[in-house]
Amino acid sequence: MRTMVRDVSVLTFRNLVHIRREPLQLSDVTVQPVLFTLLFTYVFGAGVVLPNHGSYNAFAIAGLLALNLTTSSMGTAVGLSTDLASGAIDRFRTLPIWRPAVLAGRSLADLLTAALCATIVALSGLAIGWRPENGIPRMLAGFGLFLFFSYAVSWYCACLGILSRGPESAQGLGLIVLFPLAFVSNAMVPTQHMPAVLRFVADWNPVSAVTAAARELWGNPNPSATIAAWPMQHPVAASLVWSVGMLLLFAPLAAFLYRRRTTD
Amino acid sequence: MDAIIEARGLCKRFGATVALDGLDLAVPAGAILGVLGRNGAGKTTAVRILTTLARPDSGSARVAGHDVVRQADAVRRVIGVTAQNATVDEVLSGRQNLVMIGRLSGLRRRTAQARATELLAQFELADAGDRMIKEYSGGMRRRLDLAASLVTRPPVLFLDEPTTGLDPTSRVRMWGVIRGLVADGATLLLTTQYLDEADELADRILVIDHGRSISEGTAAELKTQTGGARLEVTLTAADGEATAALAPYVSGAVHASHDGLRLRAPVRNEPGLATRVVRALDDAGITIDDVQVHQPSLDDVFFALTGHTSEDEEAVAA
Repeated sequence: MRTMVRDVSVLTFRNLVHIRREPLQLSDVTVQPVLFTLLFTYVFGAGVVLPNHGSYNAFAIAGLLALNLTTSSMGTAVGLSTDLASGAIDRFRTLPIWRPAVLAGRSLADLLTAALCATIVALSGLAIGWRPENGIPRMLAGFGLFLFFSYAVSWYCACLGILSRGPESAQGLGLIVLFPLAFVSNAMVPTQHMPAVLRFVADWNPVSAVTAAARELWGNPNPSATIAAWPMQHPVAASLVWSVGMLLLFAPLAAFLYRRRTTD
Repeated sequence: MDAIIEARGLCKRFGATVALDGLDLAVPAGAILGVLGRNGAGKTTAVRILTTLARPDSGSARVAGHDVVRQADAVRRVIGVTAQNATVDEVLSGRQNLVMIGRLSGLRRRTAQARATELLAQFELADAGDRMIKEYSGGMRRRLDLAASLVTRPPVLFLDEPTTGLDPTSRVRMWGVIRGLVADGATLLLTTQYLDEADELADRILVIDHGRSISEGTAAELKTQTGGARLEVTLTAADGEATAALAPYVSGAVHASHDGLRLRAPVRNEPGLATRVVRALDDAGITIDDVQVHQPSLDDVFFALTGHTSEDEEAVAA
């Protein structure tokens, strides 16, 4: 047990050093959140009218969190496939370590990075007038849902990273899947005006569930509350179901794929 | 049998390619075995199996008495590995790499840090210790790779082509480092495609080709296997009598170059041979510019065993 904790924490630290020293990965969780916040609220904010005329800035922060966390989870895929391609993982495998520590260290590092990203989004939000209106416990619950969601998505990204041939293709695969997931949702615009098919996808999208849940918990404008789809009526439950489901599916799958990829 | 590294009948294929085809090897405690073969001969696959990174399709291997498949963790506790495909971390500094490996091998934080400092000094990397590996030269990187495999002072070491791609100065420096390891009592398996490297470092040499062992012995034994030495004489002026004058001293036909100035023949190497050759030619009134008796090189050995020279292989590999 002690060696398990030690191996995971050593590898988590190692991955954090990587993120700190890779300019692209670091900017994904530091510069990008600030940039997105400014771009979306100032460029789009003026043009988007919410159904009940709430403040776009207050509406946007939960969506920006969803956007940033979903797209930056690609770092998991890129980091893992880089390690597999470079031989770093082979080096670890010649050491007497707890085998799943490589994956666990990766996902923990990404969780900590996501927490940093969330903090930066929240601070940018506070600067432009966003406020959690329902007190500290509900505010923390909202962030908790987001981090749990992000942790679940990072296991999906771990699968992509192990399946891809190299960092570039991991990045490409990640973009193709994660960008539509992040944008075909209620994150940045209300879904009410979307074409029927897109709207259906958006209302059942896990990103929409976690975003609506946070808006509800924070007392921010939440146009999705009037949508009949089950996840939009019960966003907190829906977000938990999605995250638990993804975790139960993708964590064992990643472990299986990792074992297969490193056995020859 | 007191072999520390031992493999029997290792077979491994990747799709249609046979990487290992019944490889046997044994390294006694404290010895250096040089595994010599060209690119694709199966050296790296053998090292990957012995270091628990790959499983054999059939056959078995033990390191320090532990089965590499069933007792992989016990094997990992006693080995150090330096391989091209199991490398240090580019983004960490040299020191961070060594500390990380120490921690993952079970050292306490403080012990790991002290050991890192010690190794950086020993490998002349003290000044570069806090720089990222990305900024290291090829030679520095290899030295750090080697240092990384020594963190826990493992009694068994595997070095897969430790000097491939290094410039001559770095190579010689690396050789010095490797010799030092064995002086400390480690058992070492080293693969190389360089004959001079095997000759320089290894106690015994195992020549492998197509995934199979084709010969094993000391460098001297391998050289005698291929027969004797070679005599080369350069005349001042072509002379028809020279061949006849040499005949009593050589053990085969004398070959003359086109201009008749250079004569070559196989000889049995005996003490004083060159003196007698010079005297015989002088007695026949033939003046010479040069006489040489060449000992067989490992290159000749390799050629005799595999039917191709090491230079051929580089051409094939390129």
